[in-house]
Amino acid sequence: MSGIVSYGAYVPCWRLARQAIAPGSRGEKAIAGPDEDSLTMAVAATVDCLNGLNREEVDALLFASTSAPFKEKQLSTTVAAAADLRQDIFTADVANSLKAGTAALKLALDAIKAGSAKQALVTAADCRLGAPGSEFEQSCGDGAAALLVGQENVAVHIEASHSFSNEIFDTWRLEDDLFIRSWESRFAQTEGYLKVVREAVSTAMQRNSLNPKDFARLILSAPDPRRATELARALGFDPSTQLQPLLFDVMGNTGAAYPLMLLVAALEQAKPGERFLLASYGNGSDVFVLQVTEEIEKVRGHRGITDHLEPKRVISDYATYLKWRGLVKMAEPRVTHTITYPSAPSIWRERNRIFALHGVKCKTCGTVQYPPQRICAKCQTKDNFEAVRLSDKKGRIFSFSQDPLTGSPEGLVNFEDGGRIACYLSDAGFEELEIGQLVEMSFRKLELLRSDGIPVYFWKAIPVRA
Amino acid sequence: MPGIKDKVAIIGMGCTDFGEHWDKDVKDLIVEACYEAFEDAGIEPRDIQAAWWSTMQSGDLGRSLAYPLKLKYIPITRVENRCAGAHDAFINACYAVAAGAFDLVLVCGAEKLKDTGVPVAGMDPSILYGTRVEPLYVPPTAFAQLARRYFHHYGISYEEGKRLLSMIAVKNHHNGSLTPKAQFRQEITLEQAINAPMVSPPLGLLDCCGISDGAAAAIITRAELARNFRDDYILVKGAGMSCAYYYQAQVEDDLPLVSLEENVRASRMAYQEAGIKDPRQEIDLAIVHDCFTITELVIYEDLGFSPRGRAKEDIEAGTFTLEGELPVNTDGGLKCFGHPVGASGLRMMYEIYKQLQGKAGPRQVKDAKIGLANTLGGTPVEGATAAVVILGRRD
Repeated sequence: MSGIVSYGAYVPCWRLARQAIAPGSRGEKAIAGPDEDSLTMAVAATVDCLNGLNREEVDALLFASTSAPFKEKQLSTTVAAAADLRQDIFTADVANSLKAGTAALKLALDAIKAGSAKQALVTAADCRLGAPGSEFEQSCGDGAAALLVGQENVAVHIEASHSFSNEIFDTWRLEDDLFIRSWESRFAQTEGYLKVVREAVSTAMQRNSLNPKDFARLILSAPDPRRATELARALGFDPSTQLQPLLFDVMGNTGAAYPLMLLVAALEQAKPGERFLLASYGNGSDVFVLQVTEEIEKVRGHRGITDHLEPKRVISDYATYLKWRGLVKMAEPRVTHTITYPSAPSIWRERNRIFALHGVKCKTCGTVQYPPQRICAKCQTKDNFEAVRLSDKKGRIFSFSQDPLTGSPEGLVNFEDGGRIACYLSDAGFEELEIGQLVEMSFRKLELLRSDGIPVYFWKAIPVRA
Repeated sequence: MPGIKDKVAIIGMGCTDFGEHWDKDVKDLIVEACYEAFEDAGIEPRDIQAAWWSTMQSGDLGRSLAYPLKLKYIPITRVENRCAGAHDAFINACYAVAAGAFDLVLVCGAEKLKDTGVPVAGMDPSILYGTRVEPLYVPPTAFAQLARRYFHHYGISYEEGKRLLSMIAVKNHHNGSLTPKAQFRQEITLEQAINAPMVSPPLGLLDCCGISDGAAAAIITRAELARNFRDDYILVKGAGMSCAYYYQAQVEDDLPLVSLEENVRASRMAYQEAGIKDPRQEIDLAIVHDCFTITELVIYEDLGFSPRGRAKEDIEAGTFTLEGELPVNTDGGLKCFGHPVGASGLRMMYEIYKQLQGKAGPRQVKDAKIGLANTLGGTPVEGATAAVVILGRRD
């Protein structure tokens, strides 16, 4: 039996009221902070999914997104490195379609069934950009999900899947496009979404001799809640009792991550024996028939969707959002350090302490030190250390201040089991910070200049969420 | 260790005005400072046998000092130890003279910051092409973390802490108003200091030293030769230096960040050499590294002027004012001179030199016999180099 062993998700703490975009608009959307993107959100969801599990047992990692920050360079490897996974694993990126997330899930399941991996992690994240003033700007939210699939301790048995491919220009983005393009929404919805998903779901049910009444939940990643309701009804489901809420007013449509995030939201409430139907959409559709097992009760303690939706931080002004997405060009501070740029060999040499946030523990005196040292700062013993992962340790703010040129809060954090890091602080207003405050580490993009060439990602300390 | 106490004498010093010298480059500053020193010592540039040269970013090899002065084919050592560079150059020049290697040596520090277009000094120009994952601090952000920790450790409220730091700024501005070569020569009020625009909380604009251009120079010789040049030469009584390691406050998770141990060690080394047992009683004036007001506060304790945790009482009692028990930064300090990084240590010694000779005008400390100059390169988070030089009258 193959299926889902664990789940996790990530929603940025920031919300933009749609009112701020256009007066009279309803609800809010989750937006990535200025130091977040699809990669950082995927890392957060992956870490959430793997919480409490042995990371050594993951044999494959697939990263799905339509908004990967690189056009060339694999990011599943970066996620795997940040999650401190083994290096002898299979990694792949799935891109270009809103069903990239479910495509990755399908590939992972096939790998499990074929025996090439015992456990595979699928993560999907999106941070899609709608042009200012467009419907997409209103509807798109940012977020990520992660699913660990395997054959043992399966909490959600994936009984069957079915896929449908459909060539259509409904939404797309060219090589140099910053914003999503689309054809008239009436065409995209009637000939695209509604027709394709209806076809795919009907066929899946038919082939598995299942009826709408066999499902506790219908999980649809629809362009908007109205389309989901319309489709559910057309398929013979009762939207009021069976349709998984789309979180449209509290999060928005999170692109390739959306179907998996809605699945995670459903799993948080799932009871053993319940059967779910999941359907994605994007140049076709992937449909999955899932059944919850007794093991679901053991898969708790992940933040998932619920614990990431609250508490939240609402930004009230549209200008901040535009700045964060780089749509308003701000003055660059004049700082001498802008004349330097990151070095690829240096990042490569120090990859363990950068991506997996490894410190060292002296095997002679037990002192934890960051970054890794050759000579122990406490007992001066040479080259007698073991690596310790600090990315999953909580800590407390030891001291802090704010850089006047960039506005970044920076400080020193003492980890709960020893070790101290000098790092940036994020996700909190400066006035909220205090000595002794409990923080956790979050993988983020450092705000360097475009001319730096290599975007640098590193861990920052953030107030503990939920 | 026999040490160098009373073996080396300063026989001439020079110092430019410190400020925004839009019309002068670093070569002009070098010429001005060094020629004042040559004239003060009554020597010709060609008499110089060797030179030590301190700059962070306003020149490179020995040639950068030799070029403006046309020093030809003498040994010149270039020193870069950030804000402690001038101290380092001076101390090592003293060691060379005390060892008998040279009889007449020039030490010069110069920095031209106002050509960089950057509103900060002391940034690390040497971290080129690293991983860039370390947070980039401008110095106030690091010293602000020291301030926050100090307040927290000693139970000082934010408002109280701001007031204490502001009192230091007010004192230094008063002294600066009496110093013709200072960049800022106006008095400020306590309210102005407390309410100044925030830079790195809790440090506001008037907690920070200025950014300026400047140069300073000293001519040193063996003590027994000093009388050939002048009667009121000044003796080197002791010197000390101590380095923290890079990011020591990160690597050592129990480092308390309420003092700078490197300052403690550097001053202890200098006191031992000079035979000083009670610095508060035996030192007549101190020019210390007030890059930020919190730095000066912590220095009071690290250098043994105030008991640990009790700088507050001395600040409130006026201990370190011109009229106080131990005047500190009689010339206005970095606060009023600004901080042309590689030059500052020699600017401090220039003030002590003039004070010990009784030539400090309206800010003259009565009967000053022993003075201390202290610089600190680096920050409390990333690790610093501390240096102390103690100078004394020959009598």
